[in-house]
Amino acid sequence: MTCIVCPNGCRLTVTGTGENIQVEGALCKKGIDFAVNELTRPMRSLTSTVRTVFPDMPRLPVKTRGEIPKGNMLDAMKIIRRALVTERLKTGDVVIKDVFGTDIVATATM
Amino acid sequence: MTIRESSFDVVVLGGGPAGLAAAIAADKKGASVLLVEREKKLGGILKQCIHDGFGLVYFKERLTGPEYAQRFIDEFFSRNIAYRTQAFAVETARGAQGFSLLLQSAQGMERILSKTVVLACGCREKTSRQVFIHGDRPAGIFTAGTAQYYVNIMGCLPTKRCVILGSGDIGMIMARRLTLEGAQVEGVYEIKNSPAGLARNVSQCLEDFNIPLHLSSTVTKVTGVKRVESVEICAVDENFAPVEGTQRTVPCDALILSVGLLPENEVAEALGVEIDPATKGAVVDQTLMTSVPGVFSCGNALHVNDLVDYVTISGELAGACAAAYTGHARSQVCVRYDSSDFLYAVPQRYDTAAGGPFDLYFRVREECRNKRVAVEAPGLVKKTRKYLRLTPSEMEVLRIDPGEGIIDGDIRLSMLDAT
Repeated sequence: MTCIVCPNGCRLTVTGTGENIQVEGALCKKGIDFAVNELTRPMRSLTSTVRTVFPDMPRLPVKTRGEIPKGNMLDAMKIIRRALVTERLKTGDVVIKDVFGTDIVATATM
Repeated sequence: MTIRESSFDVVVLGGGPAGLAAAIAADKKGASVLLVEREKKLGGILKQCIHDGFGLVYFKERLTGPEYAQRFIDEFFSRNIAYRTQAFAVETARGAQGFSLLLQSAQGMERILSKTVVLACGCREKTSRQVFIHGDRPAGIFTAGTAQYYVNIMGCLPTKRCVILGSGDIGMIMARRLTLEGAQVEGVYEIKNSPAGLARNVSQCLEDFNIPLHLSSTVTKVTGVKRVESVEICAVDENFAPVEGTQRTVPCDALILSVGLLPENEVAEALGVEIDPATKGAVVDQTLMTSVPGVFSCGNALHVNDLVDYVTISGELAGACAAAYTGHARSQVCVRYDSSDFLYAVPQRYDTAAGGPFDLYFRVREECRNKRVAVEAPGLVKKTRKYLRLTPSEMEVLRIDPGEGIIDGDIRLSMLDAT
């Protein structure tokens, strides 16, 4: 598998199962953690935009503060698509609370 | 009619990551700075790059494009640096005392005199006019960056079912983005036998969403009257020539192009700056000064970088060097390499009068394994580094430090098998 933690994109070779997973090819420890998580509970961060009422900025870019389960990305998108921003927000402000265990936060200042 | 006139030490053209970094660095050195941006807001293309992965080199953090830009925008404003937005340099000329620029903006015309100019105009996407495809030219053919603008800035979905030509990073990122927004991406087609973008994007943008990546294949024909109705896909041989009998018609309403980026050099050319045919950007020395004294180039206008972090770093260097510019006589040597091994190297020159250490950026021509890259020059202790894997899509950097020595001859970049 390819590590997606950073642009290095280390090619990882994973052998073994359960408690005994061996990871080869990672330039740093993050790659080993990534491979183990990927086999047990793959997580992804998600970025998107939320509709706003402001004509000068019809979309506010947002992201998940933490990561959400990989399998819930499309479900999270449904929640994000329903939201509407009605006040001026700035980078880091919470836009939607508690989406699959994390918050959706603004990544730009309006 | 009289035109407003003002003077600066440094004028920065472009308010994206390179221009912001250059303006901040020049201001830190005590220069009077003016930044010129054609759009309403600062931040450049980062405004629409809502995905994350920016800043890992520079901030050791994973940021989205708008977050990365905001850090520099905040610092820029906190320094009260002069700027003009929605402004365009319609005329840039060399004068006796530096440079004379004519700016056009909503406030009218304005004459700017400056000792130095920093070109931070970024790059442009190659369009359908620069790619050879037969057939009709209906609506529905656009670049990945245009699709990104529609989706992320305007909030419009420009396709229901599309084909993406080219596996550049923006193309793969848009494949994911369009899929998340409910469009169907039929496939990503790459004429070469390896992906053009980063491996992590093949994984997290395509494989995560089961979007097929077809290597060694391309779009040979577009069909449609008002709007794209279908495209013809064809396999190609090792010379990129379509293989007869492999044609396949794919119904779709859009063809999205992610076929490469070209440095923007309109102003550079107007100033008579020498362009490197390998990078398509300016030829510069280690201070990022071009062939025209007092004109500096940085960021994606200089060469297309794969990470914004390096764009920022080059902007800082260009801004600081522009602020320190004294007009000294230059004594340049060349950086030489074998073009069968390397696509390009930046800087292309080294000013022995300015001296000092520098970062040498390079890209290899083809993917290769177990190589040793060497840099040697008279007056420089030979520098070598071993690479397990080198690929054209990943820029490499070597720190070259002559220390107490003085480089007094051409610098040679070479590649050997590692043993």
